[in-house]
Amino acid sequence: MFKKILIANRGEIACRVIKTAQKMGIATVAVYSDADANALHVKMADEAVHIGPPPANQSYIVIDKIMDAIRQTGAEAVHPGYGFLSENPKFAEALEKEGVAFIGPPKGAIEAMGDKITSKKIAQDADVSTVPGYMGLIEDADEAVKISTEIGYPVMIKASAGGGGKGMRIAWNDEEAREGFQSSKNEAAASFGDDRIFIEKFVTQPRHIEIQVLADSHGNCIYLNERECSIQRRNQKVVEEAPSPFLDEETRQAMGKEACDLAKAVGYASAGTVEFIVDGDKNFYFLEMNTRLQVEHPVTELITGVDLVEQMIRVAAGEKLSIGQSDVGINGWAIENRLYAEDPYRGFLPSIGRLTRYRPPAEVAEEARAVRNDTGVYEGGEISMFYDPMIAKLCTWAPTRDAAIEEMRVALDTFEVEGIGHNIPFLAAVMDHPKFISGDMTTAFIAEEYPDGFEGVELPEETIAEIAQAAAAMQYVVDCRDLKITGQMRERRKDLHRSYAVNVGGASYVFDAVIEPNEYNYFLDDPKVAHPVELWSDGDPLEVNLAWRPGASIACLHEPNEIVPGESGAAEWQGAVKLTLKVDRQPRGFRIRHRGADLEVTVQSPRAAELYARMPEKTPPDTSKMLLCPMPGLIVKVDVEEGQEVQEGQALCTVEAMKMENILRAEKKGVIAKINAKAGDSLQVDEVIMEFE
Amino acid sequence: MSDILQELEDRRANARAGGGEKRVQAQHAKGKLTARERIELLLDDDSFEEFDMFVTHRATDFGMAESKPAGDGVVTGWGTINGRKVYVFSQDFTVFGGSLSETHAQKICKIMDMAMQNGAPVIGLNDSGGARIQEGVASLAGYAEVFQRNVMASGVVPQISVIMGPCAGGAVYSPAMTDFIFMVQDSSYMFVTGPDVVKTVTNEVVTAEELGGASTHTKKSSVADGAFKDDVEALAEIRRLFDFLPLNNRDKAPVRPSFDDSERIEDSLDTLIPDNPNQPYDMKELILKIADEGDFYEIQADFAGNIITGFVRLEGQTVGVVANQPMVLAGVLDIDSSRKAARFVRFCDAFEIPILTLVDVPGFLPGTSQEYGGVIKHGAKLLFAYGEATVPKVTVITRKAYGGAYDVMSSKHLRGDFNYAWPTAQIAVMGAKGATEILYRSELGDPEKIAARTAEYEANFANPFRAAERGFIDEVIMPHSTRRRVCRAFSSLKTKSLSNPWKKHDNIPL
Repeated sequence: MFKKILIANRGEIACRVIKTAQKMGIATVAVYSDADANALHVKMADEAVHIGPPPANQSYIVIDKIMDAIRQTGAEAVHPGYGFLSENPKFAEALEKEGVAFIGPPKGAIEAMGDKITSKKIAQDADVSTVPGYMGLIEDADEAVKISTEIGYPVMIKASAGGGGKGMRIAWNDEEAREGFQSSKNEAAASFGDDRIFIEKFVTQPRHIEIQVLADSHGNCIYLNERECSIQRRNQKVVEEAPSPFLDEETRQAMGKEACDLAKAVGYASAGTVEFIVDGDKNFYFLEMNTRLQVEHPVTELITGVDLVEQMIRVAAGEKLSIGQSDVGINGWAIENRLYAEDPYRGFLPSIGRLTRYRPPAEVAEEARAVRNDTGVYEGGEISMFYDPMIAKLCTWAPTRDAAIEEMRVALDTFEVEGIGHNIPFLAAVMDHPKFISGDMTTAFIAEEYPDGFEGVELPEETIAEIAQAAAAMQYVVDCRDLKITGQMRERRKDLHRSYAVNVGGASYVFDAVIEPNEYNYFLDDPKVAHPVELWSDGDPLEVNLAWRPGASIACLHEPNEIVPGESGAAEWQGAVKLTLKVDRQPRGFRIRHRGADLEVTVQSPRAAELYARMPEKTPPDTSKMLLCPMPGLIVKVDVEEGQEVQEGQALCTVEAMKMENILRAEKKGVIAKINAKAGDSLQVDEVIMEFE
Repeated sequence: MSDILQELEDRRANARAGGGEKRVQAQHAKGKLTARERIELLLDDDSFEEFDMFVTHRATDFGMAESKPAGDGVVTGWGTINGRKVYVFSQDFTVFGGSLSETHAQKICKIMDMAMQNGAPVIGLNDSGGARIQEGVASLAGYAEVFQRNVMASGVVPQISVIMGPCAGGAVYSPAMTDFIFMVQDSSYMFVTGPDVVKTVTNEVVTAEELGGASTHTKKSSVADGAFKDDVEALAEIRRLFDFLPLNNRDKAPVRPSFDDSERIEDSLDTLIPDNPNQPYDMKELILKIADEGDFYEIQADFAGNIITGFVRLEGQTVGVVANQPMVLAGVLDIDSSRKAARFVRFCDAFEIPILTLVDVPGFLPGTSQEYGGVIKHGAKLLFAYGEATVPKVTVITRKAYGGAYDVMSSKHLRGDFNYAWPTAQIAVMGAKGATEILYRSELGDPEKIAARTAEYEANFANPFRAAERGFIDEVIMPHSTRRRVCRAFSSLKTKSLSNPWKKHDNIPL
């Protein structure tokens, strides 16, 4: 076995690989750019080598620099992670020359699978089902109709040079094929100056399902079941799970066999992934093979118990696979959610900056549940603009899919990320989406269910009511504590009876309580320990079992505590968590975030609520006709003048933030009405740079 | 007998009706609460005791004898906020537009006298059309009586003004002399002369909002210390502020128990200072991570953002924070930031509130606009304020402490009690580049030599150890332990005793 390996990557995947290497007793070497000097992977590794400036093309993907780092540290093998050099045959070659092992497949397999057309050909030769289609040149509409009939409708008519939906038509019959061919051809000629057209089967209700394979250099190859990755946003996977809620055992075996056949056909040896597109009738077609460790590999590890990184290292060291196909089972269900530094409320705009708060849920591995969080960041770390905006991969596991989803919901509720925009609310919304819950989704899920972007979540009425109770109970704790402020007059306080008018997004509730200074003491020690708060609603007593104390950012509502007799007398057992809320204090209440909803919750006396109803509603200014500064920064240049007409995509001004120039462009055609900033101005986030007519 | 008792009830009801149903409706229509509704929200339930409910004016000119509403346009009395006593007046716009008469002023003076004598703050809820013209000079005399009491009460009991409607002419000078002025957005304004007079005298056309609205006074003039969305939010936030403040200059600030661990470690602070010394970072993050429960009450948040002022609690005890903000103008000291911080420091010192100073200051802002504006004297205000302050003073230098600005920011030399520095601190006369350009002027033509000199200067001076060697820095501390160190320092200073030489008063450069 290797004594020392180098990880030619960064972020969570570098950390992930280091963990397994440490477990195997292998020393690790990290590499890092200037932007990653304080990164987690650097802290975790035994050694770290600096390899250049932040842009990846000057550091992480410069083969020479990695080779230097290898020589410098005497690493015997390299794990490339994913991305960067992981599927670069030249890198594999350079390592081979140097006599350093590549923890990945042979160079030939990378090359063979690296090209879409070659890989499809190899797949066809290995009897792997591919999307039927005609790759040759199509002369005229008659030929198009003929080919379409042969393939079988529906078909997709595509421009060879196409992209972004241009020059693309779907035809369900001869007539549409004829029309589609002509219009695609015209559009392609106009858009790309290249009117070559090809036709392939249009896969309806497509799902993205991939098979994990594992092969050694002794000719053994097994598959470790599938992963369902249909929930994607613009081809970026967001939610993955294993197994797929769609496949049956028969299809799984068929796909697994074809995946292994393909791997064998290219002499594969390592972990790899064969991606398929699967239609509504469970027909599957080969898409491509990824000759590396996938981002979403943890879900496979969670259901099979196989450490894929360990297997990759062992295979690279020449070991035989110690597990056979019959050893691979499906144990329970695993879900992965990818946390991205993307603001779902701003059209998923990437958000960069400092993680002022980063508190992931605790990782657990128990008999009936597991939470795993693969990350490369820490509180106080920086999400930089140079790399992938992924913050973490949060995975949960449970015996059933429903239980795994529920684990994920709770894990998201407790996951605290502040300082940058992130997609936790969106992920929470997906976890509660009926289509996702039923498992009935296609790759179009996000585009179809969120066509206008993400605008938050409406919580069910019962949840809103429980949030109102939690808010009243929190205010009760605050009020009990306020009785302990020093310097109070020593009189019998008349106002110990409190009524709380709670408003949660328009829904109103009233609770009564009697505050008592010593009640506060119960909430002192551990904000995680629940204590019952006595409230009354319409004269009926209501016990709210709350775990929170003033200043805590997470509040939990628990089921009632139980008194359980034990060996050493009765003990009080904390009730299970019902509701987990992220809490911030606000002038007249709390901001509460839960399950993708972001709520202003006011808690005040009924009199204050009555008077507040008289206050004029102040609507925030309409910002749709303004260009707001997306980040704190310095205006370097203003490219337009007042009164000027601008086209969509035209550069308006340049903002420098963190030494990087960001060009702000017009979202739509318009006329500049007013410019509020000039070059040299330093602006805060959301300051108005210019206004449109 | 019951008739007699009933008469009291009737009279009370009459007084509570203020200017009558119609005017109350008009007040509400403007999005404003009435004087009594405001008091209800400001004070603890059922704690308000009203004084002088039956006072009426004594004017007779202009037919005034016919209309003598009980209370005369202002509601006065005392009550409690979270059990702590406070004196309050609330002007009633529904009665003669809240205009100030001789008797109206007397009512205010009465509670101010009581506040001073009994040692409790005064909160004024201002909503007044101005002087009662019908009373002429008697009204002006009334103002002056209030002014005189504002002066006498200054530094004795905290005085808070909330502008919740018009406040114009001479009336502005009473709030102006109180410790804090808050305004309500869109429904309040303050100016010495209104838009009409401005137009007549200077031909300048300006709206009341532009001339003296909340935005003007919180962002441009710095007359106001903060603005709130509406009456209800304003009163809730005044309650929150009140919980930070002592009742008078003989009492300590209140302690609100907190179980936020004073030993709390914040590892993320170790990466707060960016590698690039010219890159800003948000000083507010440090304040929030030091404070109990992350609870920070900011004063003048919208003015001179290059310095941050406000209150936090450490181990439950109120502490005033002054901090340079590198996010705005690199945290430089200038006229506005010096004035803002100086006034805050003096408030804290007057009321025995300890001061925490967080320093990252590249110096004073250069330029003609600053020099013409008198940055020398304005900068001196902050220097003076720190120098005279006898309250516990703890200072943490996070990064830059350059030049005279180093001295100003609660340095050891200005009787700083605990002067800490982070390892990232650079305490020097100026930055490396500027220093080498002066020291090695003859080598300016040779960029290589200059670069070497700059590197040499950085290695020697861009650190806290030169200052620590001389004892100007008591201890270099790890960023992650800042809360623990600062809490412990203030805890040890609870018994601090320091007084300045006797004087009638000082002569701060105003």
